[in-house]
Order: sequence, then structure tokens, then C-alpha cells
Amino acid sequence: MVHLPKGGPADVYAADPSATPEAIERMKEIWGLDQPLHVQYGRWVTRLVQGDWGRSYVERREAIEVVADRIGPTLRLTGAALLVGLVAGVGLGVLAGVSRSPGVQHAVRVVAVLGMSVPTFWSGAIVLLVFSSYLRWIPAGGVGTIGGDANLLDALWHLAAPALVLGSVYVAQWMRYVQAGLESVADDDYVRTARAKGLNRTRALLRHGLPNVLLPLVTVLGLELPRLLSGAMVTEVVFSWPGIGRLLHGSLVARDYPVVLGTLIVAGMAVLIVNLITDLLYGVLDPRVRYA
Amino acid sequence: MRWRTFIRQPLGVAGAVVLIALGLAAAAAPWIAPFDPNAIDLRAMQQPPGDAHLLGTDDLGRDVLTRMLFAGRISLLLALVVTALSVAIGTFLGALAGFFGGWADRLVSLATDSLLSLPVLGLAMVAGSVLRPNLWTLALVLALVSWPTLSRITRAQMLTLRERTYAEAGRALGLRPQRVLFRHLLPNAVAPLIVAATLLSAQVLLVESALSFLGYGMRPPTPSWGGMLNEAQAFYRQSPWLAVFPGLAITLTVAALNFVGDALRAAMGGRGG
Repeated sequence: MVHLPKGGPADVYAADPSATPEAIERMKEIWGLDQPLHVQYGRWVTRLVQGDWGRSYVERREAIEVVADRIGPTLRLTGAALLVGLVAGVGLGVLAGVSRSPGVQHAVRVVAVLGMSVPTFWSGAIVLLVFSSYLRWIPAGGVGTIGGDANLLDALWHLAAPALVLGSVYVAQWMRYVQAGLESVADDDYVRTARAKGLNRTRALLRHGLPNVLLPLVTVLGLELPRLLSGAMVTEVVFSWPGIGRLLHGSLVARDYPVVLGTLIVAGMAVLIVNLITDLLYGVLDPRVRYA
Repeated sequence: MRWRTFIRQPLGVAGAVVLIALGLAAAAAPWIAPFDPNAIDLRAMQQPPGDAHLLGTDDLGRDVLTRMLFAGRISLLLALVVTALSVAIGTFLGALAGFFGGWADRLVSLATDSLLSLPVLGLAMVAGSVLRPNLWTLALVLALVSWPTLSRITRAQMLTLRERTYAEAGRALGLRPQRVLFRHLLPNAVAPLIVAATLLSAQVLLVESALSFLGYGMRPPTPSWGGMLNEAQAFYRQSPWLAVFPGLAITLTVAALNFVGDALRAAMGGRGG
């Protein structure tokens, strides 16, 4: 299915003026592109289950290696974005949930919806335009200064902007989630009991209410991962971040299909693994769901 | 649906007004747009917003306001068509799964769960790159990755509705199961579905914009808001207005849809989505 377009991998190769027709035919033969599609697909699936993901047409090495190189940066970006979302989102959500002023609660709702409505590729581009092109505070993209020493500070400096942009969606979402959660547990029996013992409202909510609000967040985290990956894909392209998303984009443009399929497989596996982890975490965090 | 509750939510009403205004402006684009959307004017390239061109011009001297109006047609139409398609596919499959259970449920749930566990944008990128989409294939691609949320909600609704007494009464009267499902149960699931569909359309618009921004959406010169941001990428620095206005249009529309969705949920008694 992925091999459908007329501009196939060999056509990209043929765009090189030094490629002779004989050389192109030979390349097609080596890559098996002269075979009909169903033969190509059958061969791909057979090799996949044997652990062979095919070779990248562009980089001339195993697709699995090409993809594996990009997993680290994507993990760093998504991890940092989640951290931003958790710290800022939960923090602001708690502030809003504890506050009893209707003005604050209204403002939180408005800000949250606006935050969820801004496309990250646009906010990312604007951030780059303002803080990189005009003010020159942050680098224009990438994971580190080219030719510079690789050190932690430099890496963090490059990571900050894309992580904040990608994380902003989650700040908005979780702020709203935590606020609504605190509001709904405020009248629950255990919070009222805590207050009857003499705790003030804020402490009762934070000590007894908050853990119960945060618990389902673990599941939400797992369910959100596909969307987080989608967001990371665009953010990586905008910030020239060498992760899975930018690899997918580049491979699609170059029609490097073994790598395209490889990135999709990795993304699918990541979701399965994270959902397994969140299920296990639930048992650790909540004694009620521990299996006998 | 309680209209009074809806009217009392200023954000929902504001969202609805914005949406209607945008919809009218987009629909009337050929008559109210000051220029031809694809007319190249080499004497007026990259003009900043001013008297002649209210929102400036792009690198080919095309009027940004005009192109935004025409882009709105594409973006809003896509959001509408994709949402309608997703509702059709999602409610049909979800209703079958929830009502009949058994292998129908297993099959639909498998498809729903697999699609929901993949990054939608990645799939759409691959499809967009392979198909070189026009409006209808693009709508189909987006609908194919969007229906699972609706099927999940419909299924959950059916699981509870099929145990209600009126469902039982229908069965006891000897009505065919299809009739009970589509005439008696589905109408009762409409409220949460409307809320879910409104919120879904906001997501659809975001995915479509991202897809067009990356260059897998509508082919140029047909403008869509995301596509305008894509075309202008190289000129952001010299002509920042090319970066600002289409993005604002996307944000405004998505926010309006979200606010309307929230207000609808409140008006329908807090159910759904």
C-alpha cells in the first residue's frame, strides 16, 4: 500500500543526473523493486518477523539502526514535555482548585481551552521567530551546537523551547483536569472527615483529595501517548529535532519506505509498552487494584 | 437540550457567534474577497498589512486576506465533512458493537483500540504522501483516523441503553433488533454524540492543519490555513504577518469549537464526551 505512488524510491534515485538507466535497473533489482507489489509486501512481512526490517534506501544501512538512532531524541523531547505538563499543569490546577474565587476558576477554564486550541506547529514557529530570529535568545533548532562541545547545559538550552511548546498542550489539559478533580472531591466524605478533624480546607484538599485526583492521571498519561507522539512529530519538524517524527517526514519525502514502516512500528510498540507500564504502575500506586 | 443553559454561557455563545461569522465569511468568499486568491502581483510582493492589502501580501504578491477567506472554505468544509463521516462510521460501528456484542463487538473494539493506539498524524502523513490527496480523499483519510472516539462513546452508550426498560419493551413486542437499535436506542444517545462530534471537529481541524503545514494536505495553490503556513515558511522572518494570521485563524476556530462543545455539554446535562 505504501509503495503505491508513481514516484517510487527508484525515481528519487534516478533524479540524480549521474545515474545511468542501467544503474537504475540494477538498483531496482538489488532492492527487489522490479517485483510486483504483493511479492514485495510478502517478502517484507516474512523478513519483519525474522527481525529484518529491510535496508534504508537513503542511508544504505539497516532501517532498524536508522530508526533506533532517533529514539533517544524523541524520548528526551516527549519526556521533557510531559515533565513540563505535569509540573506546570498540576501546579496551576492545584492553585485554581484550592482557590474559591470564581474569577480564578473562570480564567483557568478560558486559558485551558485556549491552550489546547493553539496548534503546536504554529506556536513553535512563532516562538522560533520571536526568540530565535529577532531576540537571538534561543538556538534555531537541533539538539546541540554544531561543532561545539556536547555538554548538559548546551543540550538543555536546545531542549527548552521545543519541550515548552509541546508541553503547553498538556499544561492546559491537566490544569483543567486537576481543577475539576479537586472541585469534585471537595465534598467527598473523606475530605469532610479530614476537615472535621480540624484541618483547614486547603490542607484537607491537598493531603486527602489530591492523591485521589492524581491517580487516574496515570491512565490518562498512557492513553494520551499516541497524541503526544503526533504532537512530537510536528514539533520535531519545526525545531529540526532529529527524532522519529522528523525521520518519518524526511523518509516520506525521500520515499524511503523501509524506514517509514520502521518508524510506525516503533511508535506502535512504544504505545504498547507505555500502556503496560501504566497498568503496572497503577498496582504500585493504588493498593485497591493490586492483584491477590 | 436546554437552550437557556446554553445561552447563559458567555463563552459558548461567543464561540457560536465566531463560528457563524467565520462560516458566513468563508461561504461568501468569492463575493466579499477583495482580490483573486491566486492572482500573482509581482509589483506587490511581501507587502506588510496596509490600506491596499488589509493583511498584507505573500511572496508572490497574493492578497493574504483573500487567501485566508478561501482557505477558510477548505479548512471549515474539511472539518465539517470529516466530522460527518466520522459520526456516520463511528456511530454505526459503535452501535453494532455495543448492541449486539459478541464477535461484532470484538471486531469493532479491536479496530477502535488499534487506531486509537497509533499516532494519528503519522498515519495521515503516510496516507497523504502516498495518495497526493484532493479534497475528498483527504477527507476520507482524516475520517478513517477520526471515527474511533465516536465509536467508543456510542458503544458505551449502547451498553447501558440496551438494558433500559424501553429496550426490553421493544424486544418483548417482538420488534426486530435493528428497529430497537436504530429507532429506540440511538435517538437517546444523540446528546452525548453531539457534544463528542463538536469536540472532535476541533481535533480534526488541528490534525488537518498540521498535515497541511507539513505538506501532506491539499496541494498548492489551493489554500488551506495550514497550507498557507507551509508555503510561507521561508518568509516568516521578512514577512511575519504571513506566519501570524493563518495561525490565528486556526486557533480562533478551534477554540470556538471547544467552547461551543463545552457549553453544549453543560446544556445537555453534563453528559457525553
